[in-house]
Amino acid sequence: MTQEPAIALDEKVGDEIAKTTCYMCACRCGIDVHLRDGKVRYIEGNRDHPVNKGVLCGKGSAGIMQHYSPARLRAPMKRVGPRGSGEFEEISWDEALDLATDWLCRVRKTDPKKLAFFTGRDQSQSLTGLWAMKYGTPNFAAHGGFCSVNMAAGGLYTFGGAFWEFGDPDWELTKYFMLFGVAEDHASNPIKIGIGQLKERGAKIVSINPVRTGYNAVADEWVGIRPGTDGLFVGALIHELFANKTIDLDYLVRYTNAPWLVIQDPGAADDGLFARGEDGDPLIFDKPSDDYASAMSVDTTPALTGTRTLADGRTARPVFELMAERFLSNDYSPEAVTAQTGVAADDIRRIAAELAHVAFKEEIVLDQPWTDCAGRRHEKMIGRPVSMHAMRGVSAHSNGFHTCRMIHILQILLGSIDCPGGFRYKPPYPKQAPPWLVPHGAPKDIRPEEPLGGPHLGFPLGPEHLLIEGDAPSRIDKGFSWDAPMSAHGLMHMVINNAATKDPYGIDVLFMYMANMAWNSSMNVPGTIENLTAKDEAGEYVIPKIIYSDAYYSEMVPYADLILPDTTYLERWDCISLLDRPISTAEMAADSIRHPVVEPDRDVRGFQTVLIDLGGRLGLPGFVNDDGSPTYPGGYPDYMVNHERKPGIGPLAGWRGKDGSQTGRGDPNPDQLKRYLENGAFFAHELKPEQAYFKHANKSYLDWAVEMGFRTQALPTIFQLYCEPMQAFRLAAEGHGERQPPETHRERIQTYFDPLPFWYAPFEEAMVDEGAYPLHAITQRPMHMYHSWGSQNAWLRQITSANRLYIHRSLGAKIGAEDDDWVWLRSHQGSVKCQVRLMDGVNPDTVWTWNAIGKRRGAWGLSDDAPETKEGFLLNHLISELLPEGGGGYRYSNSDPITGQAAWFDLRVSIEKADGGSETQPRFEATGRGGLAPSPVKVAYGADFRRSGQ
Amino acid sequence: MTSLPETTEKKLGLVIDLDICVGCQACATSCKEWNTGGYSAPLSDHDPYGADPSGAWLNRIHSYEVGEGQGAKTVHFPRSCLHCETPDCVTVCPTGASYKRAEDGIVLVNPDTCIGCKLCSWACPYGAREYDYDDGVMKKCTLCVDRIYNETIPEVDRVPACVKACPTGARSFGDLGDPNSDVSQHVSERGGYGLFEEFGYKPVNRYLPPRAPAPVETAPMTQQSEQVPAPDGSLAERLFAWADQAFSR
Amino acid sequence: MHPAYSVIVFTTASGAGYGLLFWLSLAHAIGAMPNIPWLSFVALTLALILITVGLISSTLHLGHPERAIGAFSQWRTSWLSREGVAAVATYVPAGLLGLIWLFGVETSLTIPLALLAAIGAIVTVYCTGMIYASLRTIRQWNLDLVWANYLSLAAATGAVLFGVLLALFGEAPTWVAMVALAATAAAAALKIYYWQTIDSDYGQYTTAMATGLGHLGTVRPLDPPHTRPNFVMREMGYTVARKHAEKLRTIVLVCLFGAPAFLMLLFLWSGLAAPLLYVLAAIMATTGVLVERWLFFAEADHVVTLYYGAQRA
Repeated sequence: MTQEPAIALDEKVGDEIAKTTCYMCACRCGIDVHLRDGKVRYIEGNRDHPVNKGVLCGKGSAGIMQHYSPARLRAPMKRVGPRGSGEFEEISWDEALDLATDWLCRVRKTDPKKLAFFTGRDQSQSLTGLWAMKYGTPNFAAHGGFCSVNMAAGGLYTFGGAFWEFGDPDWELTKYFMLFGVAEDHASNPIKIGIGQLKERGAKIVSINPVRTGYNAVADEWVGIRPGTDGLFVGALIHELFANKTIDLDYLVRYTNAPWLVIQDPGAADDGLFARGEDGDPLIFDKPSDDYASAMSVDTTPALTGTRTLADGRTARPVFELMAERFLSNDYSPEAVTAQTGVAADDIRRIAAELAHVAFKEEIVLDQPWTDCAGRRHEKMIGRPVSMHAMRGVSAHSNGFHTCRMIHILQILLGSIDCPGGFRYKPPYPKQAPPWLVPHGAPKDIRPEEPLGGPHLGFPLGPEHLLIEGDAPSRIDKGFSWDAPMSAHGLMHMVINNAATKDPYGIDVLFMYMANMAWNSSMNVPGTIENLTAKDEAGEYVIPKIIYSDAYYSEMVPYADLILPDTTYLERWDCISLLDRPISTAEMAADSIRHPVVEPDRDVRGFQTVLIDLGGRLGLPGFVNDDGSPTYPGGYPDYMVNHERKPGIGPLAGWRGKDGSQTGRGDPNPDQLKRYLENGAFFAHELKPEQAYFKHANKSYLDWAVEMGFRTQALPTIFQLYCEPMQAFRLAAEGHGERQPPETHRERIQTYFDPLPFWYAPFEEAMVDEGAYPLHAITQRPMHMYHSWGSQNAWLRQITSANRLYIHRSLGAKIGAEDDDWVWLRSHQGSVKCQVRLMDGVNPDTVWTWNAIGKRRGAWGLSDDAPETKEGFLLNHLISELLPEGGGGYRYSNSDPITGQAAWFDLRVSIEKADGGSETQPRFEATGRGGLAPSPVKVAYGADFRRSGQ
Repeated sequence: MTSLPETTEKKLGLVIDLDICVGCQACATSCKEWNTGGYSAPLSDHDPYGADPSGAWLNRIHSYEVGEGQGAKTVHFPRSCLHCETPDCVTVCPTGASYKRAEDGIVLVNPDTCIGCKLCSWACPYGAREYDYDDGVMKKCTLCVDRIYNETIPEVDRVPACVKACPTGARSFGDLGDPNSDVSQHVSERGGYGLFEEFGYKPVNRYLPPRAPAPVETAPMTQQSEQVPAPDGSLAERLFAWADQAFSR
Repeated sequence: MHPAYSVIVFTTASGAGYGLLFWLSLAHAIGAMPNIPWLSFVALTLALILITVGLISSTLHLGHPERAIGAFSQWRTSWLSREGVAAVATYVPAGLLGLIWLFGVETSLTIPLALLAAIGAIVTVYCTGMIYASLRTIRQWNLDLVWANYLSLAAATGAVLFGVLLALFGEAPTWVAMVALAATAAAAALKIYYWQTIDSDYGQYTTAMATGLGHLGTVRPLDPPHTRPNFVMREMGYTVARKHAEKLRTIVLVCLFGAPAFLMLLFLWSGLAAPLLYVLAAIMATTGVLVERWLFFAEADHVVTLYYGAQRA
């Protein structure tokens, strides 16, 4: 009895190791799933995988409980009670698909725009977008509109890339890293790996964030900025760089539009546009020849300064001068921004001087020859080892687009885009700035049974690319209208509201995937629920039909009429495609697949396969053959292999061609998936050393990018410090051109479509009484649940099953509240009752909480007394999808005026101590459980795996 | 068995870098996932979808705020068994189920002989032992003894699950009894420490304290780059005069 | 520390049982036992019942009581194991005494067996006390006073029970009342001294020491690892409000010490109504010792709570 037990050391972990791709967030890490007796024994990171290199985050490592959650949907369902009741009956797939086909077919035959198809945390937008395009509705987008479109659009318009999946800091070489705003979520493991590397090397990390948790906790310097003022802070850094002449002029001349001449002719129809030569090229002033030259010519010495007189007698000034004047103004002096940002002027000066020191005194020189796109050979790669990263914290403000642009301009002035030690693009980026892709779905292009002329989402260059007729928006979300002209990701957050109020028009079918719109993915949850259940005079739902697909019983499920149950991530096919959001790193182009490693024990199907099936049933072009038979009878895996977007280019880039010998371009290879599986479910193509940096102007890289289909021409990406498309919109607002904004929008367009970035107070802050709502309220997701919902996961929810409102100790003292006391938090939209926790590491004017911990009773397989429903709360209830009524009586969406990004970090609140309490308010009544079996009262997962010898 | 070995051949343990840990919980969940099917399977969970969810976890992450003013920090603090050299948790065990291995110093509980009296958890100052109400035995960090010696696992992966998973590289594993091991070197460079050394249990695991912020020099401000004669004037005028240098493309 | 009822019943019942066994055996050994048929046998039976109930109760909080036999193996290091061994060992002389008294045979072995049983009782209760007194993680327990408390309380409650039995069998010698009074007084003195001792020690350990982060300044908990309490917090994190503890201590003073002492004095003074007074005293002492034992756990602070927000331990 007292012998030490024998520990079997020669037994395998499982019977087999299935290598696939994680799907608990947007990171897409490679995982090794150990299977034993048909069950998942263990999930660990794949050491060979480019994304995670063997590590795995808190979510990924809890995958077993995600997969075996009792909240999983079990079969297709048809609603039988009223919406919200959660009363469903299970139906067969045949019946479900017949019903969906019937609904969708009728709409397509009459008015395709009456289908709104929006996907949430989906990772297959190249398929879903194609499907919507072939269907012919303009109403398609994913969740980027409330996620981070400001970051994406701000970057793509400025330098043809962005942070997150578009590029990374040069983790191996950077010496100074600035992390802006809530940024924990995108690229979770790569950022963690990178931060670990920086800490180990002793590189400095500066975090600019109102809250000192997570990555900010390990930063060398924490700048506890006031929310929404990052633009002022960055503007002041730029001010200092200009004032101290610590900018990379050489870099500006080579790679940016700093020398391009801008017409100075107020009142003229081309004021503020680039002076152009006869060939349409922008002009620069070449100093040696003392004459104008095309900005595209390479053998010039462009002037960065000086007012020039054009041939027509008008004057023009280089972008550099206009930009310098903007930021050298007193508005951006460190002293001027101190009060607003809460950052001391001396700290701003010091940080600017540190940036300058690292960029210019600690430059990195790599002995790596390369050739620029003009064909000139450079012996070395010179790096400015300063890097930055930002995400939602900066993005989700109504001034986010300009702030994102400012951050990129700061990087560019330091010469640190795609150089050693700086920011690095990840293929297929860089694109052109902005990408050569305009939005499709103008009213005239929408015809029954006809596909759209091109993809929905793009980058308008001026009013001519708006999707409007007269002033009327074409899209249900008013994307690419005067409300949000550059809404490159759409405005998913407005769809339900607009559909229910029939503004701009009513729809017939709302089709959503993986988007918890009836809960934490909507602003103003009570309003959204009202909209989902609104009825007309005849007693019919205003949104007549709702189809929803998800793997779990979320809060959205009870509001749908037809449920198409999705699989878990271990039961499905997927491709993480270079056509979409690939897994590339700065050193390699890479894509990957997901494949079923366990068979579903329920009557569920992968959503993409269902969508392809529906495409065939509807006879959508591209989804049926000439004889009417489905093009991809094998579902998604069939599509992944055989679909060609352009000849030779398909969803997967690896092992193309009949024999699998081709990369990027080549015929479909019937063995392609097999090859992926043999390689650990991913494909990676390493860039050559000479392609590693300066990809925006690197001939070898650009040529290869054309070969791969990433670009159409090997032209350089020229960084747009001055964003001319914005001026095009502004000119329209000033009364020029055929398309002009309606009077309600004229001043707004004129003000915010400034071709040079600037800071303005976030809208909600500017519109509500600051005295009445003196505090900022923001959220972040805990790392162990980020970009996924974790409350159906028995392990993750143990870590966080209720959230507190974190407030500064001084605020606690002021309102007399201590840890766990109940408070009322109020905004112009509503009130929430919750419990506080006091801390020091938060901006004193800011309160914050963990997002999406609060759950509704009835959802996620949780009991009605679960802490998530009793103590957990959402700030969403306080956030309005519309701004307060402004001048003219028009209520704009609570979004960035340029991109339509939902401005949920703009929230302003007041706080007061409540007279005790035992549960959060508002607490919604329980929904029905859709017939799911009660969840177990204990879990002893793994008991069966206990070794017999022990 | 509850008599401690006089010495152990190795002192295997973890080194946890508090300067790097971002509190992501990867070590906690990967530990749970490995061990719920491992040596002392399962690690049961009670009321997993209800009002009071809890379970046996062998690794938990606290967070603290430390220090005041500019020097204040948020510190994430993973806590698990420290595999002490002379722990009372082993000697108090009435059955011998709790034992310390002579070959490598790992402190283990034999799940087949533990009677679940919980006394060992009372004796541990670190809260490292968690009783599994369902299984009726005490569970604790095994240093993944069924991983680190498992010949079927690739050698590079023969580390505890938490070390393999940790995305920031804040955890390392090795022989802290060998002064020349990587972990020992790291500990001595960084001033690694054990917890509650006052008890004299000689914990093996080491914590590396948060480092002082990385120093960065500042570029000279405003005076620099005046090689080009500049007129007295506004900031913009001086900047433009400087920028008027010739830069060919 | 969480006051588990099984452990409270175990320590109090077996404590009283061993106390009774001790006095019974001692009385025999020194020849002071009144010669009443069945008295010794009944008293011994009661002692063994209390001891056995206690020991069985102690197994109730085990996760695997069916493996309890293993608990006798580690007597070299474990006080819990030693307690088990001592308890079992004590059954031997006690059981033989029971047989002797059952059959009413007098042998030369009676006195040595009685002495062995008395020693066994002392050793077992001492071991019980040492289970707690040896835990360095709990300052309120890691004191010699703890085993002294256990021994004195076993003696006091056992003496009162001894008196009850004698009284019920119609015998009420003064010396038994005096023994019960003295044992109660000693237990009271030791318990009061214990309380003074733990009250004057605010704990030498802090969260700064627990985390090793004190050199950076004050250490303040921000978030616990999990939202809801875990085993460690439930088991080790139990606390009792100061005011509530004061009330309970008063109850202990009155029920466990004051009332039995008063009743013994009343008996010594009046010599009347011995059965009633003894039974009353036993009821009060039982109530008191249960509360005392509950407090013994509830007032004990474990150092692990320093990781979870306790200021000192």
